[in-house]
Amino acid sequence: MSALSTTLTRPALLTFTMPIVAVLGACFGFVTGNIFGQPWIGFLVGAVIGAALTFVLAQVPQISRWKATWGTSAAFGAAGLVFGGAGGLVGGTVVGLCLGWFAAWIGSGQYRAGVPIYYTAGQTLWHNAFLFIAGLVFFFLVAPLVPVMWLSFNADDFFTFTPEMLAFKAEGYSLKHYRNFFSGGGEPVKGLLFGSVIGAALGAALQLLPDAERSFGKIIVLAIIGALIGVVVGKMWGLAGAEWMTPLKNSLIIAPFATLISVSLGTLAAIGLSQSHVPFRQWIMAIMISPMIVPLIISATGMFFFYAPLGNWLEANLGLSQSFVGYVKVILAHAVLGVPFVIITVTATLVGFDNSLTRAAANMGANPVTTFFRVQMPLILPGVISGGLFAFITSFDEVVVVLFVGSAQQQTLPWQMFTGLREQISPTILAAATILVTISILLLTTVELLRRRSERLRGLSPG
Amino acid sequence: MLAADGTPLKTSLARALRRQKIRALALIAPLLLFVVITFIIPIATMLFRSVENQIVSNTMPEATLALQNWDESSDQTPEEPLFQALYFDLFKAAEAKEHTKLGTRLNYEQTGTSSLFRTTGRKLDDVGEEWQDPIEDIAPALKDGETWFALMSGRGDNTLLEARRSLWNDMVPDAFNGDVGLTLSDEVAGMLPLTAAAYSDWAIFEALEEGRDIAKRDPWEAVYVGLGLDLRNADTVAAIDSYSGPHAQDLKLLTAQLDQLPDLMFRDAFADLDEDWLDPEVWQTIKIYSPDYTSGYFLNAVDMEIGSDGAQMRPDNQQIYIKLFVRTLWMSLVITASCIVLGYPVAWLLANLPLRSANVLMILVLLPFWTSLLVRTSAWKVLLQQQGVINEILVWLGFVDDANRLILMNNATGTVIAMTHILLPFMILPLYSVMKTIPPTYLRAAKSLGATNWTAFWRVYFPQSVPGIGAGSILVFILAIGYYITPEIVGGTSGVFISNRIAYHISSSLNWGLAAALGSILLAVVLLLYWLYDRIVGIDNVKLGG
Repeated sequence: MSALSTTLTRPALLTFTMPIVAVLGACFGFVTGNIFGQPWIGFLVGAVIGAALTFVLAQVPQISRWKATWGTSAAFGAAGLVFGGAGGLVGGTVVGLCLGWFAAWIGSGQYRAGVPIYYTAGQTLWHNAFLFIAGLVFFFLVAPLVPVMWLSFNADDFFTFTPEMLAFKAEGYSLKHYRNFFSGGGEPVKGLLFGSVIGAALGAALQLLPDAERSFGKIIVLAIIGALIGVVVGKMWGLAGAEWMTPLKNSLIIAPFATLISVSLGTLAAIGLSQSHVPFRQWIMAIMISPMIVPLIISATGMFFFYAPLGNWLEANLGLSQSFVGYVKVILAHAVLGVPFVIITVTATLVGFDNSLTRAAANMGANPVTTFFRVQMPLILPGVISGGLFAFITSFDEVVVVLFVGSAQQQTLPWQMFTGLREQISPTILAAATILVTISILLLTTVELLRRRSERLRGLSPG
Repeated sequence: MLAADGTPLKTSLARALRRQKIRALALIAPLLLFVVITFIIPIATMLFRSVENQIVSNTMPEATLALQNWDESSDQTPEEPLFQALYFDLFKAAEAKEHTKLGTRLNYEQTGTSSLFRTTGRKLDDVGEEWQDPIEDIAPALKDGETWFALMSGRGDNTLLEARRSLWNDMVPDAFNGDVGLTLSDEVAGMLPLTAAAYSDWAIFEALEEGRDIAKRDPWEAVYVGLGLDLRNADTVAAIDSYSGPHAQDLKLLTAQLDQLPDLMFRDAFADLDEDWLDPEVWQTIKIYSPDYTSGYFLNAVDMEIGSDGAQMRPDNQQIYIKLFVRTLWMSLVITASCIVLGYPVAWLLANLPLRSANVLMILVLLPFWTSLLVRTSAWKVLLQQQGVINEILVWLGFVDDANRLILMNNATGTVIAMTHILLPFMILPLYSVMKTIPPTYLRAAKSLGATNWTAFWRVYFPQSVPGIGAGSILVFILAIGYYITPEIVGGTSGVFISNRIAYHISSSLNWGLAAALGSILLAVVLLLYWLYDRIVGIDNVKLGG
């Protein structure tokens, strides 16, 4: 790339760069002019500004593209501040960023950097237009999440932007929706202390195992994990009736147990399925994948009719409490929904598994259980964990089934969000959404790291 | 050829193979059982509800039987025996409060039936008092529950009581088990059949539902009605004259003054309660839906009904489901098409960039994929509502007048936009995995042989990416067709899917049979698509998030 870019020639200023940037400037000018009811005047002014900007940048070819871009952006932002206040500052900065980047990009000839030297003008145009379209799709994918995060800091109880927010005034923002989200609950600090101590103790105990690697880092990692779990458990301890913390607590009770069931049963079954001679393999696979295929509303309805009498029977004949039975019902229902994800990911991992390894282990005298835990499990662990994450997210994100199977005592976080979205709209939903996005970014990072580790272990990719 | 342990190699191999199969199945078995018991069987039984229709024959067993003799094409109101059976059935049902359920059930087929059953059930006691009052006047001892208990008790094997108990158990949700505390006298039961049946019904209900001592309680009106009807029978009167059991003298008092008992006909009594009972159409509906299994729910699910001459379309203003199915399919198709249009360039870009930059861009695809569905749905609510971000920006820029903001939500547009966003990753990921396998050299070869960009793409690249489009489309389509949450929140009324209607019937209108029928049709469509998916892609090849 760098070798190519040195050979890039700057295109003609007057016949190529200036008109093109002027067109973009005119577009921005049209939109800006439209705000004031004068689109065509804005159009002309924008074209002139675009041409002028190109001309100015052409006089200083030695400064880098990024400096040119940010410089233009700063200049436009300042102009916007003078004419339109804080809103103008943002608008000007954005417009300046686009226009400056575009002018520098076109002016330096960088637009040909991605295409072979023999491409015609039309082909180059199409190539860049294609990149632009793909960029728009990426924008479409990610951008909707931005207003949610922004609005979650709203000082008012609305789902819409207030003038204060748009003017970036401090009184327009507050953390009250987050306070509302976290209100109620017990003793996170105590939980933190307990958790970290228990984690560290566990880490130390592991060091004492006969064949453990001695490492101080493990104790610290375990202590940190323990502290995190401790904060959450402490916060949830003795919680009752909090609007958002109780649903979160329910989600955090239901999802891990459901995941545990689907991962343990699913991993075993995936290992069974990947053997060479399995009768009715196709049918068994179809049955196990079916919870993913059957529309959720149908699954939920079927489970509703199944679990209601089952729950009554458990309460009447085994003397279990109503809330305990309620959790069991939802956990079992969610476990089934998570099964297909575990099966798919673990089976995919097992495709690359070399069966001679287990034979080698058996040859050296290991019994099947040892072979499983010491040879097979470490190798398929990334698949198991990412299947488990899928199962976790399925349960954590599930509304329909819990609406039908659970009672008010098992209200989960998505359920609370769903009723909130349908009935009383409170921006606390947006705070919850922001927190969930943050969690999913963390999970995504974990999965990505696991995937890389798995590929490195299997020698599939150098990275 | 022999194996190491001396057995023939063939047997030894077969045994090893069998052992391997058993081991594989043993590993699979726990999960398979779990899925079958908690998922497959519940869904199968739920779908069975779409044809199940025992409520009519369970709630009105005797009337259903009597109805068999009635010719529904005659346009004549049924005869007295049917109304008599209806009285005893409805009386029981009204006491157990089951008649309203039957009314609701039949109301799905003919409006007005629900209120007919409810008002009749409320006023049914008045009919019984027509008999109770004169009987108690003639034989005051029969006012007393203890008299009745002594009269009905005796020696016998309780076959009648058990038969009545099983009729009760068909009707009520929680079975009446346990000792009633009554041994019905066979002699009295033979002499006063209707009385004994009505008394058994009462005794079972009183002892096992209400938990009271039947020896001390007064029976309900239907027992007096039964006695009055028995006394209309000349054989009964003759039998009473020669009867000498307990309280025979009270029965003889009654036979002596038969002219004091009412000669009321049930047909007229029911006509007094509600005119609609004389309407043959009501009876036609009851008769059509009296068999234990019905195609009625399925016909309803495709906007048809059973008329007097077989299945026919419903009136135009009642047809909603076909429209809803068509809309669900059409909107799912639009969503799938938008996903192809938006997903194809992105997948192409991801597949053709160097691995490192592709992985970074892949995160942008996976982030929405991993984000909670409700988060994304609420994001679209924020964006699309009338005071939402998109409208605000357009108004601020002056492209849309403040007074006529765009209506992007609570209609089909909202559902399509939000669901395209939500399902787009499911299109990009399979497309990407297919495009990854297409060697870029093919395109270069085509171009070096003189193809234009377009020809090279259309004739060389595109055909190779079709499996990816197929996989992604079926996946997106299957997911879209069963969606519930997003249409519920951003769909309003004109953007909802068939799932929303199913949920409505499950939780609001409680018409579970219709919900099951709609669900069965939806499931059939999905399974067909799944089968196609399996044929085209193979279910083993589903990839999740790289």
